[in-house]
Amino acid sequence: METLMILLIGVLVSVATYLVLSRNVIRVILGTAVLSHAVHLLILTIGEVKKGEAPLLGNQTADGPYTDALPQALILTAIVISFAVTAFVLVLAFRAYKTNGTDDLEKLRGDEYD
Amino acid sequence: MTNLMAMPLVLPILMAVLLIFLRNYRYVQRVLVVVTLLVMIGMSIVLLQHVHTDGILRLDFGGWQPPFGILFVADPFAVLLVLIATIVTLFCMVYAFSSFSARYERMFAYPLMLLMLAGVNGSFLTGDIFNLFVCFEVMLLASYALIALGGRTEQLRESLKYVITNIIASWLFLVAIAFLYGTIGTLNMAHIAQRVQEVGSDPLITTIALFFLIVFALKGGLLLFFWLPGSYSVPPVPIAAMFGALLTKVGMYAIIRTFTLMFTAQPEITHQLITIMAIITLIAGSLGALAYRDIRQIAAFNVIIGVGFVLLALGANNEAAYAGAIYYMMHDMVGKAMLFLICGTMIYLTKQERYDDMSGLIRHYPLFGWMFLVVMVSLTGMPPFSGFVGKVMMGEGLVASGSYVSLAIGFGASVIILYSLLRVMLHAIFGETMIADEDKVKLPKPMLLSIVVLGAVSLYLGTSAEMVLPYVTDAARVLADPSIYIEAILGK
Repeated sequence: METLMILLIGVLVSVATYLVLSRNVIRVILGTAVLSHAVHLLILTIGEVKKGEAPLLGNQTADGPYTDALPQALILTAIVISFAVTAFVLVLAFRAYKTNGTDDLEKLRGDEYD
Repeated sequence: MTNLMAMPLVLPILMAVLLIFLRNYRYVQRVLVVVTLLVMIGMSIVLLQHVHTDGILRLDFGGWQPPFGILFVADPFAVLLVLIATIVTLFCMVYAFSSFSARYERMFAYPLMLLMLAGVNGSFLTGDIFNLFVCFEVMLLASYALIALGGRTEQLRESLKYVITNIIASWLFLVAIAFLYGTIGTLNMAHIAQRVQEVGSDPLITTIALFFLIVFALKGGLLLFFWLPGSYSVPPVPIAAMFGALLTKVGMYAIIRTFTLMFTAQPEITHQLITIMAIITLIAGSLGALAYRDIRQIAAFNVIIGVGFVLLALGANNEAAYAGAIYYMMHDMVGKAMLFLICGTMIYLTKQERYDDMSGLIRHYPLFGWMFLVVMVSLTGMPPFSGFVGKVMMGEGLVASGSYVSLAIGFGASVIILYSLLRVMLHAIFGETMIADEDKVKLPKPMLLSIVVLGAVSLYLGTSAEMVLPYVTDAARVLADPSIYIEAILGK
């Protein structure tokens, strides 16, 4: 299972890298979204998939081993953050498109300091 | 008493939320901001005194004993930086009162600046590596909004690059945390340090350390500073000053913290690499500071030189060098805020961005002109200002460890700083005045006041070094000997 997950993460990262390197702003943003999915899966995989009981305090019937709950807490936090950042950057990209009249990063390079 | 430690994070967040509702009451906002920051400065001083007498303090959130819960750690290094960051923010805010238009004040500029300060303070104080990531994100999200605030064409253009660069860096941070957790099985920084020591020099851990180095180098502008000059020159002056003073310092703090506490097993790889990166940063920053005529670019490249200089300390890896680095970081926060405020004021007064289009500012604004001399002398590291003490101690540390190349390049960069700013001074401050008396723009008092006070803080740090040094040596001792930190968190 872990091997499959790692392969999936590899595919996601390569897709995301392709998207991030493109010139279109929206593609770059989609690329960062895919990147964040990849890292969430990575954290999940590192916490070892599907082993042991739920680590609840009142859970007296199970006598271990318990699953590590921490990676899930980390992923939850990371999802919330990446959601907020993606929402923000989408709005920013829209405003930049409206103001600068282009969504091509080559044209957004700026010429004043070149 | 230990609850005081959470205040540098909690207070600005609460106040920022309150200010959002007071959007249209500009003067109420200003008063509340100043009061909050003054209270925070007071609390930081109390906390610093407390840490000085009682040693490192920790605050376990929710009562979870380390290494299980998230915790805040008040060690002298962190608290000193919190104190200086809050002072610098206060004077950037005072400057902002007269430089922001009413539209900016209604667009949540003050709440966002407070949120950024909260993220910065949280990053300094936290003792948990994942919490460091969260605090970074709090700081970065506020900075994303601040850099785009106003919505001018070049702001939106630069902010897109800044945001995307930082998203990729944050992603690398998460990857590094994932691998670290997979290898070591803990996120508490002291606990990581302990386990890494038990494992010894393991190539896997060194690889993870290099991952962290890339992340923090991107945030701190160590070698990977390509995004910095563009994005630091577009926001309004007080915001740019806060960026220049605080944001790179967080990255530098993270590098120093992780590579003195956690990843000390293979210094011949990691610390050597940091030294090489610092030296290249110094050289590239010096070239940049000489190459441009736009004063905002010159200021931005001066930030980069500061980053390189402080991180030379990791190569020396002894107490004197760390003391110098800490002193220099404190000085650099004050000095860079002052430099950005002065450069912004020069652009405000002349409507020009290149120093060779300005001339004779000292004729109309004598005190302001002399303040430029103060910031120049201070950043160059001449007595009686604050840069001197840090540079002397750093020099001692570098000599003691025999890193003469670092020493020569670090001190050579000071000459470049002097030269780059002296050119500006000779052209723009001295010379024939270009502004006729009737065209003279009035220099608002709060602007000048905040610049003068920052100059006074720099003078205080330089002349009262004996007052400040005990705290700095405290902090340097913790950095030089990580077992003090580990024992304070995990017990013997």
